[in-house]
Amino acid sequence: MAKPLLQFNDCGIYCAAGDFYIDPWKPVNDAIITHAHSDHARWGNKRYLAHQLSREVMKYRLGEIQLETMDYGETIYKNGVKISFHPAGHIIGSAQVRVEHKGAVWVASGDYKTVDDGISTPFEPVKCHTFISECTFGMPVYKWKPQEEVHGAINKWWRKNAEDGKITFIAGYSLGKAQRILQHLDQSIGKVFMHGVIANTHEALLRNGVKLPEAHRLTPDTKKEDLRKAIVICPPSAIGTPWMRKFQPFAFGYCSGWMSLRGAKRRMAADRGFVLSDHADWNGLISAIDATECECVCLTHGYTASFARYLNGIGYNAHEAHTYYGGDELMQEDELPAPLVDEHGDVITEGPVNKEGSALL
Amino acid sequence: MRDFACLFSDLDETNKTNEKVAVLKEYFLSVPDEDKIQTLALFTGRKPKRQINSSLLKQYAMEMAGIPTWLFEESYQVVGDLAETIALLLPEPAGEQTKSLSDWIAEIRSLVNFTEEDRRSWLLNAWDTMGYQERFVFNKILTGSFRVGVSQNLIIKALADISGLESATLTHRIMGNWDPLSFSFQELLQEQDASDDVSRPYPFCLAYAIQETSDKQKTADEIEAELGNPAEWQAEWKWDGIRAQAIHRKGTIFIWTRGEELATDKFPELHDFLLSLPDGTVLDGEAICFSEGKPLPFNVLQTRIGRKNLSKKILAESPMAFIAYDCIEFNGEDIRHKTLADRRRILEQLHSDSPHQDVFQLSPVVEFNSWADLYELRLASREYHAEGFMLKRLDSPYQTGRKRGDWWKWKVDPLSVDAVMIYAQKGHGRRADLYTDYTFAVWDGDKLVAFAKAYSGLTDKEIRQVDNFVKRNTIEKFGPVRTVKPQLVFEIGFEGINKSNRHKSGVALRFPRILRWRHDKKIEDADTIEVLRAMLGEHSS
Repeated sequence: MAKPLLQFNDCGIYCAAGDFYIDPWKPVNDAIITHAHSDHARWGNKRYLAHQLSREVMKYRLGEIQLETMDYGETIYKNGVKISFHPAGHIIGSAQVRVEHKGAVWVASGDYKTVDDGISTPFEPVKCHTFISECTFGMPVYKWKPQEEVHGAINKWWRKNAEDGKITFIAGYSLGKAQRILQHLDQSIGKVFMHGVIANTHEALLRNGVKLPEAHRLTPDTKKEDLRKAIVICPPSAIGTPWMRKFQPFAFGYCSGWMSLRGAKRRMAADRGFVLSDHADWNGLISAIDATECECVCLTHGYTASFARYLNGIGYNAHEAHTYYGGDELMQEDELPAPLVDEHGDVITEGPVNKEGSALL
Repeated sequence: MRDFACLFSDLDETNKTNEKVAVLKEYFLSVPDEDKIQTLALFTGRKPKRQINSSLLKQYAMEMAGIPTWLFEESYQVVGDLAETIALLLPEPAGEQTKSLSDWIAEIRSLVNFTEEDRRSWLLNAWDTMGYQERFVFNKILTGSFRVGVSQNLIIKALADISGLESATLTHRIMGNWDPLSFSFQELLQEQDASDDVSRPYPFCLAYAIQETSDKQKTADEIEAELGNPAEWQAEWKWDGIRAQAIHRKGTIFIWTRGEELATDKFPELHDFLLSLPDGTVLDGEAICFSEGKPLPFNVLQTRIGRKNLSKKILAESPMAFIAYDCIEFNGEDIRHKTLADRRRILEQLHSDSPHQDVFQLSPVVEFNSWADLYELRLASREYHAEGFMLKRLDSPYQTGRKRGDWWKWKVDPLSVDAVMIYAQKGHGRRADLYTDYTFAVWDGDKLVAFAKAYSGLTDKEIRQVDNFVKRNTIEKFGPVRTVKPQLVFEIGFEGINKSNRHKSGVALRFPRILRWRHDKKIEDADTIEVLRAMLGEHSS
């Protein structure tokens, strides 16, 4: 049997035929990046290839890197392996990477959602033999409501807060969620401000030619009267900080797919939890996989074991792959590319420990 | 029921007490009286009898959602709450409903005459008329577990504001044996006295902890700074039994636990003593297993409480006594306003008049001249099978609920060992997406043997670090459980230790929790099974 076109090794998703990696978690020579979130676009690679809309954000986050970009639908070859990008609908510039060699077609989707969020290029299914999929929300309890309802609820809540004389804080990932929230705010209610890290990402996207609604950077000089009736978009890491407490009275809401569980909402101690995710829900995952007409599914992160079992039950050949993507969408600090750390916060240079220590048990 | 479902989503939408009370008031003002009293009943644990058991409920939900059993179970594991899981899994409804909360509860009660098949179609039809939020509260009512993040205090506060009655009065009136079918909202608002309901207990007076278990130990000086002159205080041992109120009125007796459960039948040994008390007496104290003048460890009581039938053997092995520490009704008169010193004199008189002093024990007052004395004595609490001290201000009335200032509990520090984390499992509900449930091991020779599971004690930040470690250091997966590389050491605290045949380690711990993460320790520094066995000798029966 021929070697699989893409393999999971210690460094990432590797294409031996083309000698490149997709979203590597350890430094390699050639890295193809599905999108600019820190668990997919890490520092330390020699050469990067990403979608052109990821360019400025990656430069902002990773500094001076050797970066090539291309657009959706464009094709390049590496050592005879055909590579193209296709919209993943996850965030601005997110791409599924299609890889073709000797008749075998694989698609590494990175993170994706099937709903058109009005700001990212909408997801397009790509036919393939093997589909590498996330399943962050791969349990049937996760079903998203139509986003118009959610955005409507956010605006209604903001309006109520403004009437009650409270500043509204809304938290979400600085890349992706923040722009999606901004896009759908009803600016007749009040002014929109951004926490510094959101503003940095916002400006990087503007440099990249992305059109975004008006929003102001919140600075120490921002006048109090300007904040009356305002909404501030902030990253999850700002929650509960002394910075935020200065703005009393305020109401604080959180946007995440995890908010569909009452328990998660309680943990965040948010005034409001809005179920808004840039990942596919249960039905979205199944319909996306179905549309690829693939035979094989590799699940990289999320409820991989359960979702694989379900897919196997409905006729796919699905299995789990060990990767370092995803994890805790709720609390992840996505502002800087995160190196792997151990329990003391030290950077791990070795790969994951497998069998060591098992003799003790 | 739409109002009731809306009440829930509105309550969920705020964390602020004042706003929750406002939401409750708005709800109470907008619904009919029968819904008011039903709501109050549900929030105070008076739910309709369960008519469809949870395995059938699951079965019908799986049927309607079209998913296999294993996937339902794993979903339940993720969500952590059956009512919520089902509400999330069911498909969109075909219709809608307009019945009131009371209508639905009446229907649930009428199921008692239905066949199983009729119940099934009733339930599937009902679900098919409800949206997510309605299904959630409806399932909560059906499953009979109605703890939903709103404290009784908030409800009382809202009702007090609406009715103009005192919170303490309302708290008292809603205690005891009432049923929403026979007790109306108007009756709740009417003037009453103890004779209206001879079973009715008083709200328990509760203490604050003087030092949380995770806090640094308070010194005698710090206690002095906080509580002042020791002569103004009464100290008693904090007994490790079941807090209970014992009532004798008009020839009938009632024993209420702190959780407002009527437990009269659980403690037959106490009946003669209660009947011998003067009519119109209510005592506050501890129901506890007691033998040869000494309390027995809590697990003796725990074993007994779990039994449906109290066999001769059980009664012989776990004899009960009542350690009284307060008298709150005397001669049919509510004496909660009197000072502790006055109430204590009455209690002592009742005790000395009682022909049942073997069962009617008086909680001894611990003599002390300085906080330093008490500090020393406290370290010996376990020898008395006590959990530390209760400190009560001598001139204090018997308060309603938890009020800061007059009553304090000063618990003894927990027992502890250093242990290695060896398994991890995802939490549910609040922590569905994180590895938060851990199993810990100590050394038995050169092997690690599991001895305790613990869930609590770490900060959110630490939980994220451990979660990160677990995901990167998994050796094997067994269903939801991961075996992790033994590397992290934690100090595990617990209140007691007993022999156990059910556990591989041979010990069972009471209330184990994580005291702190020992970054400074390597796994070789963790404790051994011998350390636990030695504690077994010292601290159990």
